[in-house]
Amino acid sequence: MTNIDVKGLTAHQARQLLDSKHVSSMELTQAFLDRISAVEASTKAFVTVTGDLALEQARQADERIASGKAGPLTGIPMQLKDNMSTKGVRTTCSSRMLEDFVPPYDATVTRKLFEQDAVLIGKGNLDEFAMGSSTENSAFFPTHNPWDLDRVPGGSSGGPAAAVAASECVYSLGSDTGGSIRQPASLCGVVGLKPTYGLVSRYGLIAFASSLDQIGPLTNDVTDTALVLNAIAGRDPRDSTSVDHDIPNYTAALTGDIKGLRVGIPKEYFVEGIEPGVEKAVQDAIQVLEDLGAEVSETSLPSTPYAMAVYYIVAPSEASANLARYDGVKYGYSTSAPGSMWDALEKTRQEGFGPEVKRRIMIGTYALSAGFYEAWYRKALQVRTLIRREFDEVFQKFDVLVSPTSPSVAFPLGDKTDDPYMMYLNDVFTQPANIAGIPAISVPAGMSEGLPVGLQFMASHLQEEKLLRTAHAYEQATDWHTLQPQL
Amino acid sequence: MALTNEDVQHIALLARVGMADEEIEVMRDQLSNILAHFEVLQQADTEGVEPRAHSADVTSVMRDDEIGECLPIEDALANAPQRDGDYVRVRAVLD
Repeated sequence: MTNIDVKGLTAHQARQLLDSKHVSSMELTQAFLDRISAVEASTKAFVTVTGDLALEQARQADERIASGKAGPLTGIPMQLKDNMSTKGVRTTCSSRMLEDFVPPYDATVTRKLFEQDAVLIGKGNLDEFAMGSSTENSAFFPTHNPWDLDRVPGGSSGGPAAAVAASECVYSLGSDTGGSIRQPASLCGVVGLKPTYGLVSRYGLIAFASSLDQIGPLTNDVTDTALVLNAIAGRDPRDSTSVDHDIPNYTAALTGDIKGLRVGIPKEYFVEGIEPGVEKAVQDAIQVLEDLGAEVSETSLPSTPYAMAVYYIVAPSEASANLARYDGVKYGYSTSAPGSMWDALEKTRQEGFGPEVKRRIMIGTYALSAGFYEAWYRKALQVRTLIRREFDEVFQKFDVLVSPTSPSVAFPLGDKTDDPYMMYLNDVFTQPANIAGIPAISVPAGMSEGLPVGLQFMASHLQEEKLLRTAHAYEQATDWHTLQPQL
Repeated sequence: MALTNEDVQHIALLARVGMADEEIEVMRDQLSNILAHFEVLQQADTEGVEPRAHSADVTSVMRDDEIGECLPIEDALANAPQRDGDYVRVRAVLD
């Protein structure tokens, strides 16, 4: 057995090690389980580690490799955010409500990865029901940023981002409703893609806000993003909102050539409140794009200042409906307090949901209630039309847009937990892509105060090839993605 | 947008989320503060703009009503807090 250095190991590097028989999947998987044993007490990136399952899947993967039938992801250890259903493996949403829930079926993404011989090494921590920007809303424990354990990893996919950054898995899948893949990717110095709404099936993803939720990969580099997207994208009859679209080979889009690419800088994304270190890193990145031959110019998306209000009306409204299913009857937490059916319903939800989930259910219920629907929910949907329209217009003139992913680097644990509104401001640059349904990616683009800065690219609907080509060209011209935390 | 305790109690009833008195106070202040920030929406000119509930251009999807793969009863009941034979047990609905 070779000594395997798992730090920063990508899927394409792991593929070479496995195919050349330098290591077996069993050895590779054990090396990651050892890494988890070494650092998990510091990061707390996992709700559940599935060691036995992983080693069994690795054994089967080794047989596939031996028979010459390995695919790009065969035998490579990965993590899933703990809001994606895994048959027979507890799926909690980091909520007391689902603490003991064992799904009777696999999410479509789970099934697709398993069909391609992926190795599930565990389930990643998240803000309860994916509601949050720091993973401090997990009902179990907060996750810590591998770059500075006293800071948050971002959220809600903080477990996935921290697990990839700390090399506890090769890649992970997150979900992104308002930035929940990109913002933690930014704060942990990894790559995070939110695909076009509907490109990846949501079947088996525990619903938060159904018109905004989308699954995507968190990886060490853009080449891995393309590999994982190849594996999970595509129409699914079990998700009627999944798009009927011929899935290209995203890896083939990574040509490194962005000469003549029209890059727009939306001025509304460069406003007061951005940390100077973040702004500098993004300006440097724009220079890199120009040096690569891109044509960069400023543009405008005037409705951007409304995006956060739209998001925090629409997402809680949908959540209040989606989370009505947690009634303590069919599955999930059920109160032991005495009383009638109605009493038990209220008690179950009082005891089973954490404060942020309750807040959002309340906001959504209010926005949808008689007398307020027109002024809040309907108004938000009208502004949503304006936001979508402005993106459509801007993408007539530009191939991609560039912005910071987050206005700040990772902040200290506990810093923003007292003021929900301050916490909401973290996603101000990421929410518009969800509102419009367009794809967006965050890539490492520098360091500020010793912490990673993320750069966001956005593209028009189903333009993932263009988006990944741009992100990859930028990545190859820099070495930010190769930096590793001291852990 | 200042909510009263009664507003919060009403919303909590609609949402079927039980709340202790001190929770109601905290929720009243937090929701009022959050909603005040969202007042900005009223400044947007949406005269004649159609609302959009979805980002994608989705349409209703129809399929034939055919029996497909079903969840076995044991699997469907495995997570039930209380069961009685092949049924989920619930509390009395009528007083």
